[in-house]
Amino acid sequence: MSATRNKRPNAKNRLIQMLFLAVVILVIAGAFSSARTNLADLGISSGFNFLDRSTGWGYSFSLLETNVNDPYKWTLFSGFVNTLFLGTLTIITSTILGFLVGTARDSHNITIQAIATIFIQTFRNIPLILQLVFWYSVLIHMPSPRQAYDLFDIAYLSNRGFMIPSINASPIFFIAILIVLTGYWMLKNRIPQLKQLPTKRLYVTLFGITVLYLLFFIDGPLLSIPELKGLRFVGGTTVPVELVTMIISTSLYGAAYIGEIVRGGLNEVPKGLVEAGNSLGLNERMVWWKIKVPMALRTIIPPLGNQWVFMMKATTVGVAIGFSDLFMLISTSITQSGQTLELIAILMSAFLLINFSLAQFVNYLNTRMRLKGH
Amino acid sequence: MSTLSQSSQKALSLKAPSRSKIFMHILRTRAFHSKVDGFISLCFFAILLTAIYSIFNWALLDAVWLEESVAQCQAAAGACWSVIDARYKLILFGLYPYDLHWRPTLACIAIVTTIILSCLPTFWSTKRLSILWVVGFFTFFFLMRGGILGLTHVPTGQWGGLALTLFLFSSVVLLGMPMGLGLALARRSKLPVISYGVSIFIDLIRSLPLLTTLFVAAVVMPILLPDWMVGDKIWRVIIAFALFFACYQAEVFRGGFQAIHKGQFEAGDALGLSYYQILANIIMPQVFRHSLPGTINMVVVTFKETAIVIIIGFFDVLASANAAFGSALWAPYYMEVYVFVGLIYWSFIFSLSQYGVYLKKRMRIASH
Repeated sequence: MSATRNKRPNAKNRLIQMLFLAVVILVIAGAFSSARTNLADLGISSGFNFLDRSTGWGYSFSLLETNVNDPYKWTLFSGFVNTLFLGTLTIITSTILGFLVGTARDSHNITIQAIATIFIQTFRNIPLILQLVFWYSVLIHMPSPRQAYDLFDIAYLSNRGFMIPSINASPIFFIAILIVLTGYWMLKNRIPQLKQLPTKRLYVTLFGITVLYLLFFIDGPLLSIPELKGLRFVGGTTVPVELVTMIISTSLYGAAYIGEIVRGGLNEVPKGLVEAGNSLGLNERMVWWKIKVPMALRTIIPPLGNQWVFMMKATTVGVAIGFSDLFMLISTSITQSGQTLELIAILMSAFLLINFSLAQFVNYLNTRMRLKGH
Repeated sequence: MSTLSQSSQKALSLKAPSRSKIFMHILRTRAFHSKVDGFISLCFFAILLTAIYSIFNWALLDAVWLEESVAQCQAAAGACWSVIDARYKLILFGLYPYDLHWRPTLACIAIVTTIILSCLPTFWSTKRLSILWVVGFFTFFFLMRGGILGLTHVPTGQWGGLALTLFLFSSVVLLGMPMGLGLALARRSKLPVISYGVSIFIDLIRSLPLLTTLFVAAVVMPILLPDWMVGDKIWRVIIAFALFFACYQAEVFRGGFQAIHKGQFEAGDALGLSYYQILANIIMPQVFRHSLPGTINMVVVTFKETAIVIIIGFFDVLASANAAFGSALWAPYYMEVYVFVGLIYWSFIFSLSQYGVYLKKRMRIASH
């Protein structure tokens, strides 16, 4: 870039770099040695052996089967699954909501625009954690199960959580179906034999298998609906208050951000394209689906990907209300077992893994959306 | 001939349409474009009006205002602002000694003034901005801490509420800004070891949640550091937060660097200027200008994120809000307290981000 710097003696550059490396290595080594002495004083042996030990403590919410005697590795894995579950769920809800809000913000109708603007300016300008404790307080001040809010006799909202009907089937079956489908979509373009397979027949087969499974391999009723028996609800699934709070607050906060991103993208679409669509006789909905969204997606996806990464990271805030995500279980494990460095390393690698996979996914979307021939 | 003069007279007498006409035009095109459109507009307008009306009733008309009249709260349909009247000092200043409250009041005014002044273009030079912030910050700091000029010493452990939030925010921005610049320059370095090392560090910090960084600073650092380096928890957290800020800010600066054409460096070289002269006199002023919108965005985000310190045990404005309704008398009025704190945050963040929008517009006009 600059000629004078290229003329600088190479030896000096090398010396500076060596010094830099030496300082970095010294800092890391110093941290390790003082960590070793400090941990030895506390009587903690380093290493990952503690992962097989039983924890001896339980936690509020888990998608997997858990109990107090689980080893650390199972507890941490369950936290990882919780984080992934919550992150994915809020990403989906806030993206859908965000597209709605962003479109509304772009609407020609001023009342719709006003409501979308109020939504965005309210939820974007208040810290997530404040919204979290607010919704949490609102939800735990709901009536007790006996006076629960009744939603069409199939779902109930009370201070114990949200009681919803559940399907009486093994989740493993559905996960298997999902894996088959994703595998098909991902490999379709790589393996020619798969491409020749008629897509419709695959869907029909999978649907048939599902129906067969639901009809013949389930004992008891197919749908379990929550019912008030005495002081609590029986049947259905209870979504705990912490999870409901996390979903509501993170979705609204994320939707406000995504709404702004979407509006920005829709704004970037050249006016001439929309007018061309109008003059071809397309109605507003078709202009939106066929012209605006495909064009806008190219500007939307990169910032949207950043927002998704942010939302995955935002799940950690759940610790404030006691949602047992990976961060909460790691910090509890640290206080219980003292294996600080190992647990922090696990936490960091988990988030690196999540971010890396999300980045890959966003890259994939980006290449799919790129203008053909550019 | 006559028709021509008539029409030209007509053209001369054309005035700007009156306000009511513009209003009617907007209504016609943007609210009642078609029948369906009109129906939707009316529905949403009704919803909007009802919402505004009920919020207005709850917050103002039916509200109870004074601490003395807390007995009426049970019966009142509206908000019970008595809790704010009774506890606002706790929310604003936390556990700061009661008889010294004039000090955090002045300190908060000083730092808010600093923030407002730095939004004025008059102060937009590196020198002026640094002087302004250093003066503002140290006024704040010594007013809060005392120990000089005969002021009683108040340790940081007793700071709290909005004052603590503002302290965290301003020290993170003040420390993080030069750190961010340093990281950005290091990442651009021609020396591969330095640029790779710094890139890895920036990307690592950026891919971790802020909470983990702060948690490491608060809980893990005492283990990693030798005893003489551990220091106070609040300083460890501030430094970690500043590092986090710096890593994001470095990327903002990097964007600013990328907007500058290579020819500018070469022109500097041709004039015989040294690397630091080129940087200070040619490149940096432009980098700051280009990265201004991104910087304001980062400042806004940082202000929002300071709320997270409640989790690692600081008594910030959110924690003091929780404490404010933490007695049996005030427990039912949590909503009022959260609305109050929410409004404080909202007004800060909204005005800052609107200022960012205004700046962006201004710069777009300037660049045309």
